[in-house]
Amino acid sequence: MKRLVLLSVLMLTVGIGVLPAYGLDSPSEMLPNPVQEKRAAAIGAQLRCLVCQNESIEDSSAALARDLRHVVRQHVASGESDQQIMVWMTQRYGEFIRLQPRLSLSTLLLWAMPVVAVLIGIMLAVMMLRRPNRTEPLSRDEAERLGVLLREGESRK
Amino acid sequence: MTGLTRRRALMTLPIAGAGLAGFGCWKMLSAMQDGSFDPRAIRLDKNERPIPDFVLPGIPGLGDGFDTSMLRQATQPVLINFFASWCIPCVAEMAALRVISQRIALWGIAYKDKPDDARRFVSRDGSPYRRTALDQSGMTAIDWGVSGVPESFLVLPGGQIAWHGTAALDETQFEQHVLPIAAGTR
Repeated sequence: MKRLVLLSVLMLTVGIGVLPAYGLDSPSEMLPNPVQEKRAAAIGAQLRCLVCQNESIEDSSAALARDLRHVVRQHVASGESDQQIMVWMTQRYGEFIRLQPRLSLSTLLLWAMPVVAVLIGIMLAVMMLRRPNRTEPLSRDEAERLGVLLREGESRK
Repeated sequence: MTGLTRRRALMTLPIAGAGLAGFGCWKMLSAMQDGSFDPRAIRLDKNERPIPDFVLPGIPGLGDGFDTSMLRQATQPVLINFFASWCIPCVAEMAALRVISQRIALWGIAYKDKPDDARRFVSRDGSPYRRTALDQSGMTAIDWGVSGVPESFLVLPGGQIAWHGTAALDETQFEQHVLPIAAGTR
């Protein structure tokens, strides 16, 4: 009996672990068609929850996020493309709703930053490596003095 | 000598870069301080857009609701206000709305509210709304771009949204942002 309980607990926890970690409040929110549901979840993961702001609507449990998930699923079920749904959302809530902003003049710096950082790094590395070795050979006087000093050190031992 | 000047020139680059970044940060923080920049605000790139298609029933006991065509046919600018009886900023906004409603046509939409609660809320201290409607599912509000009540929209005759406020309205805001646009179309 005990083993049976343990086994069922284990199976339950494993089962929960396998489910995707989305904030869907109930399975009834999901679309019956798994392909469409997967698409809706992927679109939802790209949309900012406007209440929690740094979570996607797919992760958030805010009431507005739940409603937006519902809207996304309605649009997916009616056969709209991902692009169309994103445009629909952007028209209503602005670029801000996209967790991944589009490339535009105001986001150019943001998008270019990784490339710029790598370029600066390469530039610095090249500059470091190409820096000439500027130590000049010793003049005759210096060589003589060094010789004297070295000999002094020897004799002190 | 040339090596030294070149070195100096190269040294100024990171300093200038850091200075520029610091200036940018200071600019942003001071704008946040005086309220002209809010990183949490939902920024619409173009404010002017047509109103969405909707048909909403009225709040029981407060007359019929309204729909897109009624709003389009309005001869004067209409201020649409989304509210809910469960929303505390909406309660606080009511006093200002009563004053504002004397200067512009104010229509209210109850967002995700129980009909009886909405009716009690609107009529408790005298309704500021010329017309009211009930959006119980909240789907019409999403179509408008509402992210949380209270929110207000200025709709011009013909059905264009000319202004969208995502916080509780007060008289100063109304006079500064809404009234000039509304007056421009008269």
